Amino acid sequence: MSTTTVAVELHDCRKAFAETLIELAEADQRTVAVCNDSVGSSNLKEFQQRFPDRLVNVGIAEQLMVGVGAGLANGGRIPFVCAAAPFLTGRALEQIKADVAYSRTNVKLCAMSPGFAYGQLGPTHHGVEDFAWMRTLPEMVVLAPADPAETREALHWAHQYDGPVYLRIGRTKVPDLAPHVPFEAGRATRLRDGRDITLIGVGTTVSAALTAAGKLAAEGVDARVLNFSTVKPLDEEALLAAAADTGRIVTVEEANVHGGLGSAVAEFLAARTPVPMKLLGVRDEFAPTGSPAFLSEYFGIDTEAVVRAARELTGAGQGAAA
Amino acid sequence: MVLAPVPSATARLADIRRELREAPPAKRAARLRELAYSIRRSDLEMISRAGQGHIGGDFSAADIVSVLYFAVLDVRPEEPTWAERDRFVLSKGHAAGILYSALAHAGFFPEAELATFMEPLSPLNGHPNRRKVPGVETNTGPLGHGFPVAVGMAVAAKLDDSDRRTYVLTGDGELQEGSNWEAAMSASQQRLGRLTVIVDRNRLQQGAATEETSGLDPLDAKWAAFGFDVRAVDGHNHEALYQALSEDRAIDDRPLCLIADTIKGKGVSFIENRVEWHHKVPTTDQTAAAFKELTAR
Repeated sequence: MSTTTVAVELHDCRKAFAETLIELAEADQRTVAVCNDSVGSSNLKEFQQRFPDRLVNVGIAEQLMVGVGAGLANGGRIPFVCAAAPFLTGRALEQIKADVAYSRTNVKLCAMSPGFAYGQLGPTHHGVEDFAWMRTLPEMVVLAPADPAETREALHWAHQYDGPVYLRIGRTKVPDLAPHVPFEAGRATRLRDGRDITLIGVGTTVSAALTAAGKLAAEGVDARVLNFSTVKPLDEEALLAAAADTGRIVTVEEANVHGGLGSAVAEFLAARTPVPMKLLGVRDEFAPTGSPAFLSEYFGIDTEAVVRAARELTGAGQGAAA
Repeated sequence: MVLAPVPSATARLADIRRELREAPPAKRAARLRELAYSIRRSDLEMISRAGQGHIGGDFSAADIVSVLYFAVLDVRPEEPTWAERDRFVLSKGHAAGILYSALAHAGFFPEAELATFMEPLSPLNGHPNRRKVPGVETNTGPLGHGFPVAVGMAVAAKLDDSDRRTYVLTGDGELQEGSNWEAAMSASQQRLGRLTVIVDRNRLQQGAATEETSGLDPLDAKWAAFGFDVRAVDGHNHEALYQALSEDRAIDDRPLCLIADTIKGKGVSFIENRVEWHHKVPTTDQTAAAFKELTAR
């Protein structure tokens, strides 16, 4: 098992998203983009220049936007419906349920700038409920790629998959997490092996888990790190192995812990093989004003918080503290 | 679970459509009226048997649905997802009964299946499901969904440079949902000349008159202001509906809004225009009396 290191250079996954969408549109005439006056924030400017007919900008109207996506899919198109995460999911939740998931239309919902990307703009602009909302919809695949390469692969996977997909495209800059295995929905990747504890990250929090594992190694704690880029369906095999091999699990997500990835992991393991867990994520609280970095620290989803949680679960560092 | 089409249904429906088109107006109207009352009778039987349903809104829309399925829509019951079919979206999804009845009469599935309406595990749920009922284009039920999806369908047709047409039927109370006005703005912006919105203007919603809740008048001026070609039509006049719905609008890039003046519960005297019949179920005696009225007409 290779050990992944955290690269220094950071990237905005929206760049990979925009480039890949253009590739998909070049390769397949059916590909269309739908957006809500978000040509800029969804990084669709070049797409619009290249394929003006295949960019449907419905204006500031998210319910319409999702419905139009479903209608385009009915006509044999593959629509990528792009909007800021909180408005795509919250404003159009019933359309996502009825027109996309329940109708099982071939719509790809692209949630841009999720989590605390719009930190200072306040909780109305934070996309932290999306995992809980999307995960409860039958038929919906929920993806949150962790770096540019995985963003590319997840988009290609979504394009070839015939059915509803929710794609969380991060704006918070992330490092490359290579090496990669070919992306497949429902399969987590093991970025680092370990026997004492498993740290599970998703999207922007994977690098925090990986950095934390490095720090923990210095303290003699051998942490496994999993990139759970598919929130639904879960990689149950990886979870059973983590429970059996390491006995303790920390999940960390830039989303509400209630109903998010941590909940999903806990629900599954509770019924199969319960192990001590710590779920790191947004608490049942609207965020105070602050930058994305401040809010990550405030809610305890940064590297230091992962280290602390792992120490508590493994009992490491207690001797030193006493 | 999977509903199979009636053998030769496509050819039979195409024959009916051709005959109706070629018939003199009076004969065409008489035949469409007969079909509309036939689907009303099936709907009454379904609701009476199921003990549930939306008889008022079903009967209000019966003539519109009948004209669409038997005289206007280019659809193939044996090939329900044929790419070049015309699209019809029942946005007022609670009127599922009249849609199922029309689909069965058109041959998308056997009429005998109507007896399973709302039975456990029946594909014929109280609101239409595209994955279970052939001919249903999108799942509806919550209001204000159908029109936005129809806009997407019309955009897809335009991207394909196709002549196929998209029709959507909304309730008038349903227009209180703001998503419809998002769709109206977008439809005219995108010059969707082959999109037709039909408003079932029966002036009643579930619990009251539309004008007593969040009033819609002047409804024609609203649609005109949103860039639509607006026409009024008697929603129970089969020939008028046929003319309005079958017109080739290729030369006009404005979407069409047909405001169909209707009577909720049309066809049965004691159901007509009474708010409680939005989803009231007839007793055995009422069913017999209603059936008699629907047969006599």
